[in-house]
Amino acid sequence: MSAVTAPVGAPPANPARTVMSWAQRSSWAIGLVGLLAILLVFTKIIQPSYGVAGIQGLGISILPLGFAAVAQAVVVIAGGIDLSIGSMMALTSVIAATLMDGQSAEFGLAVVAGVLVLGLVLGAINGALVVVTRVPDIVVTLAMSFVWAGFALLVRAAPGGAASPWLMNLVIGPFGNPWIPKAAIVLVIVVAVIWIPIARSRMGLSLYAVGSNQLAAFRSGVPIGRTKIVAYALTGLFAAVGGLALTASTSIGTPVPGPYTLESVAAVVLGGVSLAGGRGGVFGPVVAVMVLQIIQNDMTFLSFDPNFALVAQGVILIGVLILGSVLESRRARR
Amino acid sequence: MNASARANEWLTAVTWRRLLRDRPIVPLMGLLAILVLVIELADPGIVSPEWTGVIVRASVPLAILAGCQTLTMLTGGIDLSVAAIGSMAGFVTATLVHSPGGVAEGIIVALAAAALAGLLTGIGVGVFRVHPLIMTLGMSFVVLGLSNVWQLQMVQTGAGVPDSLRWIGSSTLAQVVPYNLLVFIPLTLLILLGLRRTGYGRLLYAIGDNPVAARLSGTRAWQVLIVLYVISAVMAAIAGLLISGLTNTASVSLVDTSLLPAVAAAVIGGTSILGGRGGFGGTIVGALILTVLTALLTVLGLPEPTRQVVFGSIIVVVAAAYTRVTSES
Repeated sequence: MSAVTAPVGAPPANPARTVMSWAQRSSWAIGLVGLLAILLVFTKIIQPSYGVAGIQGLGISILPLGFAAVAQAVVVIAGGIDLSIGSMMALTSVIAATLMDGQSAEFGLAVVAGVLVLGLVLGAINGALVVVTRVPDIVVTLAMSFVWAGFALLVRAAPGGAASPWLMNLVIGPFGNPWIPKAAIVLVIVVAVIWIPIARSRMGLSLYAVGSNQLAAFRSGVPIGRTKIVAYALTGLFAAVGGLALTASTSIGTPVPGPYTLESVAAVVLGGVSLAGGRGGVFGPVVAVMVLQIIQNDMTFLSFDPNFALVAQGVILIGVLILGSVLESRRARR
Repeated sequence: MNASARANEWLTAVTWRRLLRDRPIVPLMGLLAILVLVIELADPGIVSPEWTGVIVRASVPLAILAGCQTLTMLTGGIDLSVAAIGSMAGFVTATLVHSPGGVAEGIIVALAAAALAGLLTGIGVGVFRVHPLIMTLGMSFVVLGLSNVWQLQMVQTGAGVPDSLRWIGSSTLAQVVPYNLLVFIPLTLLILLGLRRTGYGRLLYAIGDNPVAARLSGTRAWQVLIVLYVISAVMAAIAGLLISGLTNTASVSLVDTSLLPAVAAAVIGGTSILGGRGGFGGTIVGALILTVLTALLTVLGLPEPTRQVVFGSIIVVVAAAYTRVTSES
């Protein structure tokens, strides 16, 4: 992309400028990381004993929502929204936990692969329905959230099943250094391995193009329908990873969807992805999930009523958006 | 087939399309009648005045919640905070039963709290242009969190759903006419007349249909939106009070399960989530359809999960039919 925008005859590489422009583009994410660092320091101050255990707990508790946020980010970037993420996570989680129960490690591996494919299929069905029926994304995915949640309850009526031990070992515990939770490594690697190649490919460009201006994308020859279906399929894939993460971190499958759908929308917005589409990335939302989780922990440490954490989450969500809209209108006036 | 027959056929198709587009309530009533017929065939003798009363009683709170969605959708918005606000209203009223002011005080406090939440939502959406989905979502977190805090404060006092709420929420006249119609009929008349006959109603359609044109013709959208979200929140609170009376429970998550059906009822009733098209009449029929459908699936002996699957599929099919018909114009 930068090769296209750089003027002919410009110096081939200007590292300082490259860094500057990268920083400018990701100013939101950098701000979030800064906020995260401040919050970690703040946590250490108010709770001097906060250390390895706290970090490990943080790593494991953000894992499912982290994947949910990435799933939501992909489809929002492409100009859609998916309100069935929580249900898809519940469905993939119960299927994984039910099939893995009492089976060998090899079989568990096959189950993981199968569940990931299932996630792709569920997402592709969502996307195909959005494209074929031309019904607004919110309505289709809202309706499909009933469907997927219903299937989850058909798979098993009550929480149960089991996760393969290796799957749990994959996410629980430290990785080498006790300060580094395996869960965080898994989150970063999985997201990077799936997302970065796509974002850098032609398909990634199409996702952003369709999200920012569908008509312009269409006139530039981007296949709108196919791109949207791919976006929803990727969302389904990440939701399936989130479902596996749920199973791995709780060692059972729960058929009732958690609060992940709406919280993923919140995380995506806080993570700098525009709901209008076409702007943002997938790592901002992950950092936003961490920020939200730390705030919740801090409120416990400060012996606030934990319910205020929910209030705080709402206030932060609204506050950030109001701030964003004020900044935007200022920029527009200039 | 000769030309005139073909033209004739084409004309009928166009008429049907027009009917569905302009008067969606007619085919919706047909769908409702078919569903009632099917349920009677599935379980002969089930359809009776008493059964109708039960169906209407269950549809009323859902229709009010769907009304919140209808009104906000007309402007291109949505209100996801109705569940939290409705539950809060029922819960607050129940906890204040033993207060000096009694039930009346509880209801007034609940409605005032709801109106305040709606006011803040309206300011966010209208003045700061926060996306309604996010604004109402954030507000629902705030309301739910504060309700939980309130719950911990109030846990000692011991409380229950007041008798008057139970009466209006669940009792019926002669086993047939539910008393919650006493709330619903005036509210419905107010909304229907408000949308059709007042300038405010037309402004809602105008903002949703073409925000730029509405602004250029002098509409102050922010004022309209603030009033709208206050109305929506108060309606949500009323629905929450009726539901707590109907189920004789008061909890901070009581209305949660009605949120998605409420959106579904509005969509099935012909209101476009993109704004500018729809009305409350269709929404009421939509709520009745969903209630009868739930009853039918129960009669057919389908377990709850299957019901959810059928429910979701039907929403997609109906919404797709609408989109197909309305986009041909």
